[in-house]
Amino acid sequence: MDFLRPASWEEALAAKAEHPTAVPIAGGTDVMVEINFDHRRPEYLLDLNRIGELTEWEVGQENVRLGASVPYSQIMEHLRAELPGLALASHTVASPQIRNRGGVGGNLGTASPAGDAHPALLAAGAEVEAESVRGTRMIPIDAFYTGVKRNALEPDELIRAVHIKKADGPQQYSKVGTRNAMVIAVCAFGLALHPETRTVRTGIGSAAPTPVRAKEAEEFLNAALEEGGFWDSRTIITPSVAQQFATLAAGACNPIDDVRGTASYRRHAVGIMARRTLGWAWESYRGNGRSTEGAA
Amino acid sequence: MRVNFTVNGRRHEADDVWEGESLLYVLRERMGLPGSKNACEQGECGSCTVRLDGVPVCSCLVAAGQVEGRDVVTVEGLADFAAHRAEAHPGTGCASGACGTSLDRAKRWKAEPAAGDETRDTGELSPIQQAFIDAGAVQCGFCTPGLLVAADELLERTPQPSDADIREALSGNLCRCTGYEKILDAVRLAAARAEETV
Amino acid sequence: MGVTGSPTNINQGTRTKGGIGESTLRPDGILKVTGEFAYSSDMWHEDMLWGHTLRSTVAHAEIVSIDVSEALATSGVYAVLTYDDLPAEMKNYGLEIQDTPVLAHGRVRHHGEPVALVAADHPETARRAAAKIRIDYRELPVVTDEASATAPGAPLIHEGRDDHHIGHVPHPNIVHRQPIVRGDAAAAEARADVIVKGDYYFGMQDQAFLGPESGLAVPAEDGGVDLYVATQWLHSDLRQIAPVLGLPEDKVRMTLSGVGGAFGGREDLSMQIHACLLALRTGKPVKIVYNRFESFFGHVHRHPARLHYEHGATRDGKLTHMKCRIVLDGGAYASASPAVVGNASSLAVGPYVIEDVDIEAIALYTNNPPCGAMRGFGAVQACFAYEAQMDKLAARLDMDPVEFRQLNAMEQGTLLPTGQQVDSPAPVAELLRRVKAMPMPPERQWESAGEHADVRALPGGLSNTTHGEGVVRGVGYAVGLKNVGFSEGFDDYSTARVRMEVIGGEPVATVHTAMAEVGQGGVTVHAQIARTELGVSQVTIHPADTQVGSAGSTSASRQTYVTGGAVKNSCEAVREQVLEMGRRKLGTHHPAWATAELLLEGGKVVTDGGEVLADIADVLEDEAVDIELEWRHRPTEAFDLRTGQGNGHVQYSFAAHRAVVEVDTELGLVKVIELACAQDVGKALNPLSVVGQIQGGTIQGMGIAVMEEIIVDPVTAKVRNPSFTDYLLPTILDTPTIPVDVLELADDHAPYGLRGIGEAPTLSSTPAVLAAIRNATGLELDRTPVRPEHLTGV
Repeated sequence: MDFLRPASWEEALAAKAEHPTAVPIAGGTDVMVEINFDHRRPEYLLDLNRIGELTEWEVGQENVRLGASVPYSQIMEHLRAELPGLALASHTVASPQIRNRGGVGGNLGTASPAGDAHPALLAAGAEVEAESVRGTRMIPIDAFYTGVKRNALEPDELIRAVHIKKADGPQQYSKVGTRNAMVIAVCAFGLALHPETRTVRTGIGSAAPTPVRAKEAEEFLNAALEEGGFWDSRTIITPSVAQQFATLAAGACNPIDDVRGTASYRRHAVGIMARRTLGWAWESYRGNGRSTEGAA
Repeated sequence: MRVNFTVNGRRHEADDVWEGESLLYVLRERMGLPGSKNACEQGECGSCTVRLDGVPVCSCLVAAGQVEGRDVVTVEGLADFAAHRAEAHPGTGCASGACGTSLDRAKRWKAEPAAGDETRDTGELSPIQQAFIDAGAVQCGFCTPGLLVAADELLERTPQPSDADIREALSGNLCRCTGYEKILDAVRLAAARAEETV
Repeated sequence: MGVTGSPTNINQGTRTKGGIGESTLRPDGILKVTGEFAYSSDMWHEDMLWGHTLRSTVAHAEIVSIDVSEALATSGVYAVLTYDDLPAEMKNYGLEIQDTPVLAHGRVRHHGEPVALVAADHPETARRAAAKIRIDYRELPVVTDEASATAPGAPLIHEGRDDHHIGHVPHPNIVHRQPIVRGDAAAAEARADVIVKGDYYFGMQDQAFLGPESGLAVPAEDGGVDLYVATQWLHSDLRQIAPVLGLPEDKVRMTLSGVGGAFGGREDLSMQIHACLLALRTGKPVKIVYNRFESFFGHVHRHPARLHYEHGATRDGKLTHMKCRIVLDGGAYASASPAVVGNASSLAVGPYVIEDVDIEAIALYTNNPPCGAMRGFGAVQACFAYEAQMDKLAARLDMDPVEFRQLNAMEQGTLLPTGQQVDSPAPVAELLRRVKAMPMPPERQWESAGEHADVRALPGGLSNTTHGEGVVRGVGYAVGLKNVGFSEGFDDYSTARVRMEVIGGEPVATVHTAMAEVGQGGVTVHAQIARTELGVSQVTIHPADTQVGSAGSTSASRQTYVTGGAVKNSCEAVREQVLEMGRRKLGTHHPAWATAELLLEGGKVVTDGGEVLADIADVLEDEAVDIELEWRHRPTEAFDLRTGQGNGHVQYSFAAHRAVVEVDTELGLVKVIELACAQDVGKALNPLSVVGQIQGGTIQGMGIAVMEEIIVDPVTAKVRNPSFTDYLLPTILDTPTIPVDVLELADDHAPYGLRGIGEAPTLSSTPAVLAAIRNATGLELDRTPVRPEHLTGV
């Protein structure tokens, strides 16, 4: 095993071009577990810790450009207003120690369907800034997840940042685990209201081979909200509409049975979380949002 | 490979480090600092918690090479670290041995008979270390180093934490012996003693 | 250079009396908070090698061939050992039945069984070499439950058994069977107005001590070996290790290293023999440290159990009879299965008076992971089932579940189904009364002023799954019955060596036992006992090793009773000698030397009237008194193999819990709000430690109620979740407040009237939580742990 320690982003890209099998390591919260448990013996480890810009973010007009290694704890602390869904998701990540090290770039690189950030990114709308010595490209989040623990990155590419749409309305995030802290998702659900475009976007984690959006549920809800004039009236969403949204969200799942939960429970729980997160987000939109402690 | 970094204020160097070694392994097996514990090596128990450039992290998930040139505080250096902080920023902790609040006062519900004072003369411990002993928060002790580092950082950030704050801050540290009640007591006790001395 | 991190004497402070009944602080506390306390995984020796264990990847297979040549040729590798390299005739070990191969011999019987060992200069070298060992397995059909174990033509897990249970078991795949029959259950059934039946399942729990199995073996010049290790019972280890090494016991010198928790999981051997074999083969010190993955295969677990129970009661709420059948899965090797069967059967009735019972408990041999000792062994599984039955009966009778239990509660004088009379206080009804009388935790604690929800206090916790939606509160009660100490005629003794001498002008006592301090605080209590009995303030606790006689195991809630009793007994003998010495040297100075009852107090010899006769230092001068004695509790008897009759137990321990839970009924997530406990401890030698034990035991019981389970694939018998990612332990955000009410009713047969306490709270915690969840949801819930899918019915 070789340990590559690039001092700059350019050096990192050059190293990755030279050694496409090199495994990037930033927070180490995935890679080191695999090494400690002898599940993986990469030929090269590519340390990204020395590249300071990866832990920085910029808040722009439309987007937040979030460095790939910005720790979850920083997102929780500093980006609650701009990225409320991702901040909520960050708060559910593992433990305080892990949140101090892990970042969204790692979640995207690993592309596990159980990664906590994915549903929030899908719901908010985001693009992944991937770069190689060949150049930079922006990969829409909807096209990023290509299979179980597979993503759209080329072997010579590294994730430099994620461009996430700044919230233009309330966002929510909910995750089921069988422990009240430090738990991998049995399933998770992210939801974002986008009043500017009068749309709702969603993201589902750990209930399909990849993180997915509940597109049918979104389309149904977008139409129902438009038809009922809810965006303007800001009245309570009809329970039957919320229920249908929940049912369609559950239907978007394609889960499996595993040690963490059954497929049918995952489908059920996604439906419940869809209904609840819609309710919470909509109440906020109406101006009656209930504040929470311990979430983001 | 060779790795150089600062541990508890001292420069350390390790040679012939295998690239897959963790910071935890290097501390324990190469630097003679086995205080950080190897309970899970997968970031799920917090027993190996250290401060890396001031930030609490699981040292089992930091690759040794990533620590090059950086600053690490382990449980072995916690008392010095806390003493230095107390000197530099008075009011964020109490000096060792000057802490007057009894365990009973810091407790939420029915107290046990008072602790004997035989081991109160404990020399140079940080307030949180002393509180863990006084509150009975130590049984087998394997989770203790990681909990101390995490709890010390909590009190540095939030000198008067609520119970929910304590629970959240320590939710990455598993303990199998105590059921956590006396760990809560210990953190409450350290916070109460700090408040009294301010 | 010698061993670093080897244990040193723990010196006590000098200023207070610190005798029994005081909450003196741990003598190892400072070492533990500074990181200096040397656990078994902290041992280091110059020039040491790292041992690694290669384990089977399948549950049941014939080993057709093993090729170690490539591994052996790896640079940095010093030894590769398989079964063929074992040096002695004895190649197996075991607590009671020596059925466990040190290394697999032609066959593996469970997933993760040790097959080969490697010693190398770095753990990674050892791992890479182990990966080069080629093993050709021919897989065999697996036995996973009672049906497959006893089916016609079932593969025998151990062919040619010749242990002392084979004569009375109905099938060779049954380790041990214990029926207990008293009265006439069939006739009593006719008197019952209501009959309640239930089938229950108790999942496989892991001890999950935080300090993984580890140790250091150092070869000695005399051909022997020095072993530093974390264990629960040094002498039991020694008895199993020496024959396999082909060494006499005195050439295997064991020293207890720091133990990172045990809970039963260190009663069996893990890496002990392996490290010694590698050290003796290579001539170099060898350290073995399991990682968490390996630890799940490195020790036995709590027996999963299927329990069928039938109870009857009269309309006015009196229990008429009980019939039950308990099937424990012992896995591939016997371990403590016979004792678990003994406990499950003899305590199957729980703390209730039922005169007519028909009980049967068995433990199976299967290809599942071996199961053995864990906190409350056997009694825990039974308590889960009988307490569910009590709630069902109370509901059928439309009675309050606590009143129904109190109406049937055993008390001092009650005859157990074994025919043994309970001859010390049994305050079952009182414990229930106390726990019920504790103030209830406030409702909706997650909701502070206004519209504010704190998710940390809600089901789902930080995961933000509810802000109060679907949340329903439930309350449940349970009480349990556990035996203390080793039962069934076992010669359960301990040994203490106590020395008293003058150092620096002060009398100092040194207590030397082989008791394994695993975190429970035995070292604290031993010093307290010595202070009380010898009137000294300075007590040194000598490291535990095999240079002193056996202390027995740190298990079965027995150490404070038995080794505490031994320390007390040896202290008394030392005191007598000191007084004798005083009479001889100073008797002429004062008539009271001859006439009064004399005590040692505050460093002085005093009369029972309080008159000071001499300083202890002046009596001892430069002489030392040094006495090593064995001490035994009252003998017990084996249970009759047909009827289960016999005075099998020495003492009982009782705890009651009230659980308050909040359940998100839509998502099936549980938040335990409070687990109140009342326990009779006889005499609290150290109240702070007593409460710590009760709280810790309570949370281990809660863990198996709501999250902890080793999941074994029913088809392959492979463990599916050997990690802390998927075997979940409660975090501090999962645990409730745990108010404890300690009752002290002395047991006159025990030292200071004390009662063993460690296990009882683990019994009643689980069924209390389940009862509370049933109360919240209205669901039957016949298995533990309960998972979200059970609560949502999907």
